[in-house]
Amino acid sequence: MNWVNAVIQGMLLGGQYALIACGLSLTFGVMRIVNLAHGDLAVCGAYLGLVLSSALGVPVWITLPLLLPVAFAAGLALQLLLFGRALRHGVLAPVLVTFGLSVMIENLLQVAATSDPRGLPGGSLALASFHITGGITVSWLFLTAFLTACAVLSGLQLLLSHTSWGRKVRATADDVDTARLVGIRVRPLFATVAGIAVATAALAGVFIGTIGTFDPLTGTDVLIFAFEAVVIGGIGSLWGTLVGGVALGVTQVVVGEVNQAYAVLAVNLLFLAVLTVRPGGLFTSRQVLREAAGQGAG
Amino acid sequence: MSEPDVLLEITDLDVFYGDFQALFGVSMSVARGCATALVGANGAGKTTLLRTIAGAQAPSSGFVRYGGSDITAAPPHRRIARGIALVPEGRKLFPSLTVEENIQVGAAAAASPQWPLQRIYDTFPMIARRRRQRASTLSGGEQQAVAIARALAAGPSLLLLDEISLGLAPVVVEGLYETLSGLRSAGATLVLVEQDLRRAMDACDNLVCLLEGRVALAAAVADVTRDQVVAAYFGEGRS
Repeated sequence: MNWVNAVIQGMLLGGQYALIACGLSLTFGVMRIVNLAHGDLAVCGAYLGLVLSSALGVPVWITLPLLLPVAFAAGLALQLLLFGRALRHGVLAPVLVTFGLSVMIENLLQVAATSDPRGLPGGSLALASFHITGGITVSWLFLTAFLTACAVLSGLQLLLSHTSWGRKVRATADDVDTARLVGIRVRPLFATVAGIAVATAALAGVFIGTIGTFDPLTGTDVLIFAFEAVVIGGIGSLWGTLVGGVALGVTQVVVGEVNQAYAVLAVNLLFLAVLTVRPGGLFTSRQVLREAAGQGAG
Repeated sequence: MSEPDVLLEITDLDVFYGDFQALFGVSMSVARGCATALVGANGAGKTTLLRTIAGAQAPSSGFVRYGGSDITAAPPHRRIARGIALVPEGRKLFPSLTVEENIQVGAAAAASPQWPLQRIYDTFPMIARRRRQRASTLSGGEQQAVAIARALAAGPSLLLLDEISLGLAPVVVEGLYETLSGLRSAGATLVLVEQDLRRAMDACDNLVCLLEGRVALAAAVADVTRDQVVAAYFGEGRS
């Protein structure tokens, strides 16, 4: 029963990874920006949740209608003022800019909030759990995080597949020059994508802060897991990102069941193995790979 | 100074790619309802000129006037909203989008709703059957038809077509040109780049020949012989 439990807990943990990773997947898939500050932006979301919930004296969930629009606006501003400018100077510039942003956020947080670990008040949900059978207990909080991840990914997928906005995003991801030529306004479009990415990061940050603790440097660890989930799942595939996150979570918990010391190592080995066997990730179609190869050659 | 029926007027256009100058003081004007063929050897600047009219390339000097107003600095989406649409060289469809989605994206900044999906499908029955397929799975001729359909979806008054016959079977090209003549009789203004001189002269009223980034010849098709055009094409008779 321990193994079944480990797999279930791992899947739920994987949902959290996927929630963090989907914004990273979106920014890379559409704008070709590897946002190295993504994890730090998630942690900023957690700190913002902390500030808002203590100011208002409510559980952090109640602050989400305020927190998510603020995060969305921050994403808009970052894209318009920072990432968009960096993109005009080749592929390396955005990497340097987001790395710099990551360092700045971590240090500013240390100055403003000290390096003490914090947690977010999750209200009654934080401690509640239910039994399925025998030894298997599921935390409502973990389940909520998992279901939220599924809902966010489904929502994004629906937006991308069935709205005019989504069509424009996919067209721009295919070919940004031609997108401009057919009349798509790329700057505002990229800004909304970045806004959504940062809002999902902030939402993930709130779950991180409620489930565990966070400090100004948590973002780096968060980024690595999110990045691995994106790569395992296949770049640009949102459902792949969920599978990637779940694969990471299950590996981590199942190996942790054997020996906790090897849990994170196992996750990184899984990442390395997938990269070796299927460098494009599990869910990247052959067509996408062919096109990527064609672009590389041309 | 510009006559009332002039839709597009280009004056002294210089265009650079970095240090390389592609166009040198190019001027031309296109009357409303006319078809203009843009001919010239490879590298003569035809594609650059079309892209500059569409707003994809910024000139370092000179003016582009359209419908009486200066659009030299306008971004592509503004030009599309005013009725300029480009069918780019090499088709440039969005490979991961379906045929219908490609056309819908073309309508995103549409100038007018004169080309709803149904009218497009009536004009191009071959792509109506493939509307749910990804654009990358289509044949070359079908892709070219989708590229034209995507430009039409923007409801253009001025349609720029860059080498639509490139790499296609003659019978397919024939079909595309029949569609163009249909568009012409519906009142569209066309500027088209075409390698096949005979076809270009058959399909158009006016002809502009570029040579190494300069206008070598600009005339009504009726006023020039094929030999004169060929001479301009190769730069013969220059001192």
